[in-house]
Amino acid sequence: MPDMSLIPPTLPIGAGVGFKPAHFAAIDADPGAVTWLEIHAENYMGAGGRPLAQLRALAERFPISVHGVGLSIGGEGPLDRDHLDRLARLTGWLGPASFSEHLAWSSHDTGYLNDLLPLPYTTATLNRVCDHIDQVQDRLGRQMLLENPSTYLAFAESDMDEVSFLQQIARRTGCGLLLDVNNVFVSATNQATDPVAYIDAFPLHLVGEIHLGGHDADMDDGGAPLLIDSHGQPVADPVWALYAHTLRRGGPRPTLIEWDNDVPDWPELASEAARAAALLAPVLAPAQ
Amino acid sequence: MTGQSDFAAALLDPDRSTPAGLCGPGGAPAGARFDVYRNNVAVSLTEALETGFPTIRALVGDPFFKAMAGVHLRGFPPQSPMMMDYGQDFPAFLESFDPVAHLPYLADVARLELALRRAYHAADAIALDPAALAALPPDRLTRARLILAPAVQVLRSPYPVHAIWTAHRDPNAPKPTGGGQTVAVSRPVYDPMADPISPAQGEFLQQLGSGARLGTALDHAAQDPEFSFSTTLSLMLARGMIVSVEESPAP
Repeated sequence: MPDMSLIPPTLPIGAGVGFKPAHFAAIDADPGAVTWLEIHAENYMGAGGRPLAQLRALAERFPISVHGVGLSIGGEGPLDRDHLDRLARLTGWLGPASFSEHLAWSSHDTGYLNDLLPLPYTTATLNRVCDHIDQVQDRLGRQMLLENPSTYLAFAESDMDEVSFLQQIARRTGCGLLLDVNNVFVSATNQATDPVAYIDAFPLHLVGEIHLGGHDADMDDGGAPLLIDSHGQPVADPVWALYAHTLRRGGPRPTLIEWDNDVPDWPELASEAARAAALLAPVLAPAQ
Repeated sequence: MTGQSDFAAALLDPDRSTPAGLCGPGGAPAGARFDVYRNNVAVSLTEALETGFPTIRALVGDPFFKAMAGVHLRGFPPQSPMMMDYGQDFPAFLESFDPVAHLPYLADVARLELALRRAYHAADAIALDPAALAALPPDRLTRARLILAPAVQVLRSPYPVHAIWTAHRDPNAPKPTGGGQTVAVSRPVYDPMADPISPAQGEFLQQLGSGARLGTALDHAAQDPEFSFSTTLSLMLARGMIVSVEESPAP
């Protein structure tokens, strides 16, 4: 059952970007269409120094979304309590507008693998992920958003589709969902399924944030298209089209541009955010 | 083996076959699709080592560094999601990695890069106003303890590590020569600094860091006739190494 005492996400319905330290001065001078920022939680878990000083300064001006990449919510083992404590410290002092993490795993007995690894969609995985999300929400005192992954393969043992899997997690834990439209396009291409059908089946009323990012195109050993979620270039046109479709169906949502590799100068990233804002505007204020 | 043990083991071992039960569209075998994850893990950890150890990379060259990182990351994957801590095992690895046995200084250069990274993320500290020291009469000063900033670290090496590190940041820097160096790492505001210091200055900083009274640390440092308190203090104040003076009653 949803726990009504949890703090819900409160991101503004507008365009945001993933914050990169190289853009600190440029954002301060002219944020353009950007109305909020997202940070990767793990980069702000040091004791002090420039990262935290920049974050404190940004938080005075922008709502901040804390996006975790290392909690391994889908891991077979128990959640890393030390890491959950670090997250609680960060969200405690920062008081962010949102906290989100991934439907993925990244830690195992061998160590931390620094990638978002895929899960079989089975009842056993569902129970484990729900249990972990309950622990996260209890510890942080917040309703979290769970993000749909980019996948490059599937598990023969899966007996649920991804959308119903996410839907059941949200129903059981009361968490919201982060819909990464690029991930939908990447996974659908890689799994030879229909991305529009995925969006049409998705519980869009549970979406608290949308992600957009760039991908690379490759091929598998059979010559089938294989898209890689690289976050290293502009959002692809078919992903913009899928985003517009999502907005028409589900209404406006806080929308983030993710660009983590080969990070461009601020004007290029700001123009991607402006493009998202331009698509949001007519949905926010429909023409009379 | 559980599914994730098998998956994780295959990720880190390119010679291991793709785990069973993974497939592409229409149930076709996953094949090279698994290699996307293998590649993501190897590339992201290699990039983390490149970011953390730019001087080592410059010293051995990019292709060699990438190959060496590939060996290291498989033997020593990160032990926590705190990637800012990744690479603590790298100096010891460099000491034991045969292909770089002819470059025995690499490990200490890597230790210096780790110390600078620790300084970057260290807790903030407000540097002491020098006037607070000047205001203390000498007898009270020698009984006091100087509390050092959390970023302050001392590194000793039988190799000229500071000169090597500098030579790879500044093309105009003199070519490293000579024997060992002691280095003080600090963080005046947000940018870490590394300064070459004498062994006696290193000993002095370490004594202060472990809680010795100033007088005790000075007596010890005086064993080196070239040790100068005023020179050392100037450097400490310029680098914001002292955060407070703690006075305690005479024993």
